Amino acid sequence: MERLKVLKTYKIFIGGKFPRTESGRFYQPLDATKKPLANMCLSSRKDLRNAVVAARGAVEVWSGATAYNRSQILYRLAEMLEGRRSQFEEELIRQGSTKTAAKKEVDTTVDRWVYYAGWCDKYQQLYSSVNPVATSHFNFSILEPTGVVLAVAPEEGSLLGITSLIAPVIASGNACIALASESKPLCAISLAEVIATSDVPGGVINMLTGKYSELEAHFVSHMDVNALWYGGNDKNAPKRIEEGSAANLKRVKTTTPSKDLYAENWQSPYLIKAFTEVKTTWHPIENVGGANASY
Amino acid sequence: MKSNTIGYSSVPISPSVDAVGVDDRIDRIQKRSIKNESKKEGLPLILSMIDLTTLEGQDTELKVKQLCSKAIRLHDAAPELPTVAAVCVYPALVKVAKTALAGTSINVASVATYFPSGQADIKVKLADVKHAVGEGADEIDMVISRGKFHQGEYNYVFDEIAQVKEACGKARLKVILETGEIGNLDAIRKASDIAIYAGADFIKTSTGKIPKAASLPVTCVMLEAIRDYYFKTGIMVGMKPAGGISKSKLALAYLVLVKETLGVNWLTNEWFRFGASSLANDVLMQYMKLKTGYYQSPDYFSID
Repeated sequence: MERLKVLKTYKIFIGGKFPRTESGRFYQPLDATKKPLANMCLSSRKDLRNAVVAARGAVEVWSGATAYNRSQILYRLAEMLEGRRSQFEEELIRQGSTKTAAKKEVDTTVDRWVYYAGWCDKYQQLYSSVNPVATSHFNFSILEPTGVVLAVAPEEGSLLGITSLIAPVIASGNACIALASESKPLCAISLAEVIATSDVPGGVINMLTGKYSELEAHFVSHMDVNALWYGGNDKNAPKRIEEGSAANLKRVKTTTPSKDLYAENWQSPYLIKAFTEVKTTWHPIENVGGANASY
Repeated sequence: MKSNTIGYSSVPISPSVDAVGVDDRIDRIQKRSIKNESKKEGLPLILSMIDLTTLEGQDTELKVKQLCSKAIRLHDAAPELPTVAAVCVYPALVKVAKTALAGTSINVASVATYFPSGQADIKVKLADVKHAVGEGADEIDMVISRGKFHQGEYNYVFDEIAQVKEACGKARLKVILETGEIGNLDAIRKASDIAIYAGADFIKTSTGKIPKAASLPVTCVMLEAIRDYYFKTGIMVGMKPAGGISKSKLALAYLVLVKETLGVNWLTNEWFRFGASSLANDVLMQYMKLKTGYYQSPDYFSID
């Protein structure tokens, strides 16, 4: 008798836990031979609501951690990922990658986490400034994380795509809610399993799966989401997102669907800067140029 | 007129409480789905029942003034909303609140009788009450002597409440049982009966100063005490759960419980109150969600 196959149900990731979608709905992405890959949650607006509450609760802890600590945690994540590479390679192959391509994608993903781990305590030096002013003030500008950021992963690159969005967003202390690729969602939830066993505090990274078309209206209108990064394929989406986000002036970033996630511009401190806010402080001092300096 | 001159002997033997039955009933109430139409009615009603409370050692006059302006104008984007029922402060700040709320229908409630412990001589407690009433408090929230209750001195507890009631004059008296310190549901039922027969206008669960604050099962038992008294005498007594109620969903469950235990007559701020500080903003956020269709952010609501 032939054995009945067990098709894995991938649950979503909210606040460090793996709940099923509140809606109870699911979908089955297909492989190249039109066979179902897995059961994935079809997330609803209420899942988004719960994820935002979790992310908001995590912002204080995560942005309050030292940059050095965040750096260590991101590096730890890379280590854990490396340890489970065979699972990711196997999933990528099931989702249509060749063996070589799968290996390359996992290699690059691990390297990308390490890359942003390194930037955690360094981007601030690049973008902060001491400003010359004509009054008795020491005036300086620094970057602070924007807050709760929604990231819509590219359709291509089941693992590297979502990593390329999450890593720069959380490097500065933001909390992130990521929506996985609709057609290739497996690696996102496996990555969540890695995150759950790293030292990332619950709620800093949350993963939803499902249809972007269903969720877009709720993504853009949610008042407690501070920024949205759209990496999907729909050419008309950026305009709709900009319009919908006007109610709370969400920071919006769209990256044209980049087929080439290996391109140099996908790994840059500017992607960290995109989700930060400048804070300028005027600190009173006794006399200008007291130390014979121009600031 | 209540028979509070007779003393503890007038309190009937309290029936024993079926704790499993109470839990089961609360379970079913919390699992029920509440539809948007009902929420639209319920949320403003909750707001109108809130005793906006600040009872901290660090309270300043400005903090109380700020709380009062919040009480008057809950949210500028929704002027159609009612105001809260009362502002609840320490006796020393009653005058500040009274002045800030002048010309509105919002009452000033004051805790008294050596709140929150109640460990003082009756003379001190009565002086505390008279002072608060003299300052202009419309409502007095007293604490019962839990120590005496545990010692079995029910006479003392009863007489104390009766004396405080007398000292209140026209002010309405809420009697805080501090159920977290009273014990099991049977003891809570007994304390409720004592308070009601001694002349309480309201019975209230908690001070909010200990971790074990208001809960639905406790409230259910107290509501049943009120119901039994009403059936016997025809006199209505109010109910005020306080402490730990910070979410709209939970507050709506309380309304369901009140409606199904006491009936619709109690669904007004004359007979039912919430003692809370952070509940108001959550209700406002849920209300605005219904009104606009968008999930809200606390960034757009005033803190106090």
